[in-house]
Amino acid sequence: MDFPLLSILIFFPVIGSAALLCVPRERPAAIKALALGISCVEFLLTLPIWLGFDKTTHLMQFVERRSWIPVWNVQYNLGIDGISVLFVLLAAFITVLCVLVSWSAITVKLKEFYVALLLLQGAMVGVFCALDFVLFYLFWEAMLIPMFLLIGVWGGPNRVYAAVKFFLYTLVGSLLMLVGILVLYFASGRTFDILVLAGQSYPITMQLFLFWAFFAAFAVKVPMWPVHTWLPDAHTEAPTAGSVVLAGILIKMGAYGFLRFSMPILPDATRMMMEPMIVLSLIGIVYGAMVCLSQTDVKRLIAYSSVSHMGFVTLGLFAMNTQGVEGGILQMINHGVVTGALFLGIGMVYERTHTRKIADYGGLASIMPKFSGFFLLFTMAAVGLPGTNGFVGEFLILLGGFGARPWAAVFAASGVILGAWYMLWLYQRVFFNQVNTAWSTLSDLNGREVMIMVPMALLILAIGFFPNILLSFMHVSVAHLLERVMGGSAAVAGITAGVNPFGG
Amino acid sequence: MNAVPPLMLFSVSPVAPELVLVGLGLLLVGIASFPKVPKLIMPSVTALGALVALMLLYTTSSGATSLMNMLVMDGYSRFFKTICLVALLLTVLISERYRTAVDMRHGEYYCLMIFAVVGMMVMISAVDLIMLYVGLELMALSVYCLVGLLKHDTRANEAALKYFLMGAFSSGFFLYGLTLIYGLTGTTQLSELAQRIALLDLSANYALLAGLGLVAVAFAFKVAAAPFHMWTPDVYEGAPTAVTAFMSVAPKAASFAVLGRVLMEGFPMMHDQWGPLLAVFALLSMAVGNIVAIAQTNIKRMLAYSSIAHAGYALLGILAGTAEGLSATMNYLLIYALMSLGAFAIIVHLSSRDGRGERLEDYKGLAQDNPLAALLMLLFMFSLTGIPPTAGFMGKLYLLIAIMNAGHLWLALGAVLFSAISAYYYLRLVRYMYMHEAKPAPRLVFSFGVAAALCVSVFGVAALGVVPSAVLAWAGQAMLGF
Repeated sequence: MDFPLLSILIFFPVIGSAALLCVPRERPAAIKALALGISCVEFLLTLPIWLGFDKTTHLMQFVERRSWIPVWNVQYNLGIDGISVLFVLLAAFITVLCVLVSWSAITVKLKEFYVALLLLQGAMVGVFCALDFVLFYLFWEAMLIPMFLLIGVWGGPNRVYAAVKFFLYTLVGSLLMLVGILVLYFASGRTFDILVLAGQSYPITMQLFLFWAFFAAFAVKVPMWPVHTWLPDAHTEAPTAGSVVLAGILIKMGAYGFLRFSMPILPDATRMMMEPMIVLSLIGIVYGAMVCLSQTDVKRLIAYSSVSHMGFVTLGLFAMNTQGVEGGILQMINHGVVTGALFLGIGMVYERTHTRKIADYGGLASIMPKFSGFFLLFTMAAVGLPGTNGFVGEFLILLGGFGARPWAAVFAASGVILGAWYMLWLYQRVFFNQVNTAWSTLSDLNGREVMIMVPMALLILAIGFFPNILLSFMHVSVAHLLERVMGGSAAVAGITAGVNPFGG
Repeated sequence: MNAVPPLMLFSVSPVAPELVLVGLGLLLVGIASFPKVPKLIMPSVTALGALVALMLLYTTSSGATSLMNMLVMDGYSRFFKTICLVALLLTVLISERYRTAVDMRHGEYYCLMIFAVVGMMVMISAVDLIMLYVGLELMALSVYCLVGLLKHDTRANEAALKYFLMGAFSSGFFLYGLTLIYGLTGTTQLSELAQRIALLDLSANYALLAGLGLVAVAFAFKVAAAPFHMWTPDVYEGAPTAVTAFMSVAPKAASFAVLGRVLMEGFPMMHDQWGPLLAVFALLSMAVGNIVAIAQTNIKRMLAYSSIAHAGYALLGILAGTAEGLSATMNYLLIYALMSLGAFAIIVHLSSRDGRGERLEDYKGLAQDNPLAALLMLLFMFSLTGIPPTAGFMGKLYLLIAIMNAGHLWLALGAVLFSAISAYYYLRLVRYMYMHEAKPAPRLVFSFGVAAALCVSVFGVAALGVVPSAVLAWAGQAMLGF
């Protein structure tokens, strides 16, 4: 591919944010319009990926290769395959919604906000496209700076604490990964090329060391129990756009890291660590769900539900069969959409009421009927009602989990039940019950807000009824990955023996 | 030495930059004695001199020696001299703003700074321990005076006295070590030293080890490596801010140049002895610097502890004992020079006579009134932490590559953990600037000098973070001429 599409996708928002810096501070409307324009163009730029992506090969596509730092053999390598393509699309999509939802919510340091958001977007796309470990690490860490500012400057009352906690947790994990990357660099004869690294075999003790070094970075990001404690704070205190990006894209990067690095580069260690990983995932599912039941803050509840849902994702990945991995990837997208939508909704209502306490709400269904309808759909998707996307993902994961370790599916299924409990109970307390008279004059969603909700709702239903739109992107790449992890025979057996209820 | 033809005794071209600076320094002494001199003459002449010296540096051929083979002009010295001259140039650029702010009108200021740099350049070029000592003292005496220039300020007095006493001690250590080394080997020439040690089979000799240890300790003082760092915070805090900026970079770089050259050229076969010693210094520096910095409330003290920590990182490359390690250290020192001087330029920009801009509190809400200054400070803080895409990350990455290639996985782990700790206090400044309510503060206009210095350092920090290849190749090549 001669046209450097991925570079443009990465650097267009960066250049756009530089342009944004030139707009005078006194013209907020122009700043917002320009930010929206940039994010929309970025979204349109992903169109060639939708149309031109070849679903029949596991090879990297839209590849760009340039020498970057020859002294260390670091290259500027970009490319996407069936595993990363959906995240690039999701990142472009979510950012548009983030700009829209911040339209009236952000009032101070407007310019800086949109600059940070666009820089964040560039780095996020970079993470999913990078095929060189140093380049990947560069984007992975660079993301911290705008996210730190988003939480710390525009967040809630306890924002500074949350921002620092987020930054330090992630930094410590990433730095351990950096040492791991360098160990790998020397073991492989001085290359950072991810595809070359994944084609070699390493001694098992080194693989185990590297597995845990990478785990430090990825598990913090997912976040897996017991390193999840930054997430509730960060999610709760971040502004709506920040929460949406966190839930939608950022925490997916941890799971993506497992898929892109830990599994193909360290297949033996991954197989050995399958059960500990499954156990950690199950603890995350059940613990996250139980903690949700005792929350009094809406955002905090959704944040803990992320811990539970991401437990499902890692369970699927480490089940290491076709259904599990595909379900895991699909559930990452689903969670990005559903939790993103929930945060968007909460942001909209927070803008009106300025409270996040569940007890302060009640009876919103009669005051804001449109909003209640949308929120009901999102709640159902989070619960995993058939017909919504949440069902497809969770079902595939449970199927995969059962195939790998039947007891895992038993525990995970209890997480589904708890999930229904806390989500429906939340819905009941906020939208039904006694009407809180203080809110009786609240206005229902305006046109801009409906415009944000509609695409989310459509996505939820579309994936729910036609999951193959997304699954078809990943079949070949996932099969190839599993072949690498499980060795040839196991993967083939997995594909033929496993029943995929949603077709192949 | 008798065989050396008279012309070779003193060939001018390898020391041309030094000679230009010496001449300029003397000229400035003359100018300073006139009662009424236009304000901008001295800084302009100094800056011009630094630029001329930089140019001369790149017109002389590599490998030339001068002063009876006591000074050498090679790629290695050229690299370090560039750091020192850039530090001089940037310091001169920010000095006028500071001198106006605190009313520091001493004519000696620029002469002393030039002589200090000449001392450093002699140290960097010296391949003879005696010449090294001459350079060291010239640098040290000039800097002592610079620190105490504000003679009515008690903090400056304390700083100058402390620095002088500690510096005298370290010079003493160096001379003791030198005596032992000379007594055992009969030479002060670095290249002969290595041969004699091998010839006389001295590498396990305890007296020589003691000599080597004393020399290492002396320079650990100079680079402010723990456990010989005690003077650093007081001196950095008490010295005029522009001088602190200069001290945090130039003397440190020169001392690292000496450390690298003496150890790698003079004592290569004793790497097993000095490697672990420097490893202890490095780990202690990173630990002390980064942990104690958290407790500081004065930004100059905080940056002092940060400079201790950065000395620890830079030591990693030298203790690896490889060419790769040394060029990693060189690369790191250049990057550190840019980010440290950049941060100090912002402090100078905010400084006033009542000490504003020195307390961390003063930075609360800076982004409100002075968004550009806050943004640049943010960039320098993230670079000091080592977050990509800034130059600080590339510098640390190179050091990690070098140290791990030499087989020190644990040191690499230590380095990354301590640099994670450092994020806390660098981020605190960012927090203060962006996440606190602003106190009403005047909107400051960048002076020409500060703006120029910031342009250079920002460009360096950004460019070296994104396209580091050029400097990496340069640092690597500099090693070939070594």
